[in-house]
Amino acid sequence: MAIVDLTFNSRLPMQVVPPDWPGNNYWWHWLFFTVVLIAFVLMMVMGAIYIERRGLGRMQSRLGPNRTGPFGLLQPVADAVKVLLKENIVPDSADKVVHWLAPVVAFAPVVMIFAVVPFQNGALLADLNIGILYIVAISSVSTVGVFMAGWSSGNKYSLLGAMRNMAAVVSYELPLVLSIVGVVLAAGSLSLNQIVLTQNIPFILLQPLGFLIFFAAACAEINRSPFDLMEADSEIVAGFHTEYSGMKFAMFYLVEYAEAIAMSAIITTLFLGGWRGPWLPPWLWFIIKTLIVFFVMVWTRTTLPRVRIDQLMALAWKFLLPLALINLFITAIQVLVWPQALPWLAVIINIAVMFVLVIIWSRLFRLGWGRVEV
Amino acid sequence: MKFERFGAGIIKGMTVTIRHLLRHPTVNQYPEQRLNVSRRIRGNELVWSRARCTGCATCAKACPQGAIELVTAANPANNKYEVETYRVDTGYCIQCGLCVEACPFDALFMGYSYERAKYKRGEVIQTNDELLESAERPASGYYHPEIAEKLPAQTLLVERITEKRQKK
Repeated sequence: MAIVDLTFNSRLPMQVVPPDWPGNNYWWHWLFFTVVLIAFVLMMVMGAIYIERRGLGRMQSRLGPNRTGPFGLLQPVADAVKVLLKENIVPDSADKVVHWLAPVVAFAPVVMIFAVVPFQNGALLADLNIGILYIVAISSVSTVGVFMAGWSSGNKYSLLGAMRNMAAVVSYELPLVLSIVGVVLAAGSLSLNQIVLTQNIPFILLQPLGFLIFFAAACAEINRSPFDLMEADSEIVAGFHTEYSGMKFAMFYLVEYAEAIAMSAIITTLFLGGWRGPWLPPWLWFIIKTLIVFFVMVWTRTTLPRVRIDQLMALAWKFLLPLALINLFITAIQVLVWPQALPWLAVIINIAVMFVLVIIWSRLFRLGWGRVEV
Repeated sequence: MKFERFGAGIIKGMTVTIRHLLRHPTVNQYPEQRLNVSRRIRGNELVWSRARCTGCATCAKACPQGAIELVTAANPANNKYEVETYRVDTGYCIQCGLCVEACPFDALFMGYSYERAKYKRGEVIQTNDELLESAERPASGYYHPEIAEKLPAQTLLVERITEKRQKK
């Protein structure tokens, strides 16, 4: 192997490989995981909505929804029933087919992301050897659905929201992918199952800067607060899904949370050691870690105020992108020069590097250079 | 070199929100839990005392809305000047309390209750015995410190949170 992993442990656990296309049990495997994944996504979205609303409430000194069922646990169910029974209104000037198709185009890729996320050793729908590349490619398709929604609504504000959304996603894709590359270098594989297997130390310790960049970029990519200015439910109407109602609106709502869960699952897999952990069964560890990452997303959402569009763009291009490049450079040098280095030494060095880089780059970061004042 | 602008504010904010998560929420679940209102509240509906009222109509003159209607007559049977009708249109009432302050015989009080909405418009106009003090509509301590003394002290949400903290 040309690239040696930083964790340097020769006793890697054996990789379990799911059955491949012509092999035996392929279709049973396919059926089982398809059903499980869709159920998993829907259940996790319900849980996420509950955690978000209750957590958000408590952090704002409120209670959050607590009337439907014990502790308000049935609130997502009640919301779903309400929204499914509502009238489906399509604007007169809408492009009907595209308007109908947009939620589906937005939703399908999010579920497809989970196809390569390992729940435990080998427990995944398809162990692609380019797993993380597949995720990067497929998660961008969702934005096409968003733009279709904005364009087909026949409403200039929907279109504006969708355009801003596109701009943000295109900008944040770069630091997102560059921070993933750091992890891939350290792990020496693109397959998610392989990345988890090589994480004897969670990569959040080996790649702390990469984690911060990935987390910020992921929050922006899926339009979560503080980067949700294109939807900004407390300020403007709703951005691209202004003209959506009923079932189709529910799909976009589902996409929003499914994307958050997908990003949490990817962060868990890449940086927090995926399904690995003591005592508990691996899939439970995976779910617990995913929910913890989601909780941190809720936490940042309550804490940080919404940014402006120029701040959003400046953060992507002036702060995250250069730092991601430097992080990639440093990781490459470490992997090449000290492949045999003690992991804990690398951890300490990398955390120190993170602090120094973040402080230096914060000093350099300015808004509005080159902006023409009117 | 000053150390600001590198995310220290974010960390500070995050600690604030997590502290809010762990403490008791500052809310009151209204229909089940109720707070005591101010003892001097100018609540809904006037409370009138037939025994003290002389029918001088000072309250009706003081009312900026003209919501009080008073009809008096001399009763030759016991040689007394009596109030025939005392009618308040609470729909016009703006809870200013001027009538209570104007009454020279302490016969009129503001209401202490606050859930006195009606289903029909006609029920808003109250006459004679409907205006007397009862368990549902006690008198407020507004302009009458002697009544205020006997009412329970107002509860504030802040006090309830500090109570919770002391219990721990």
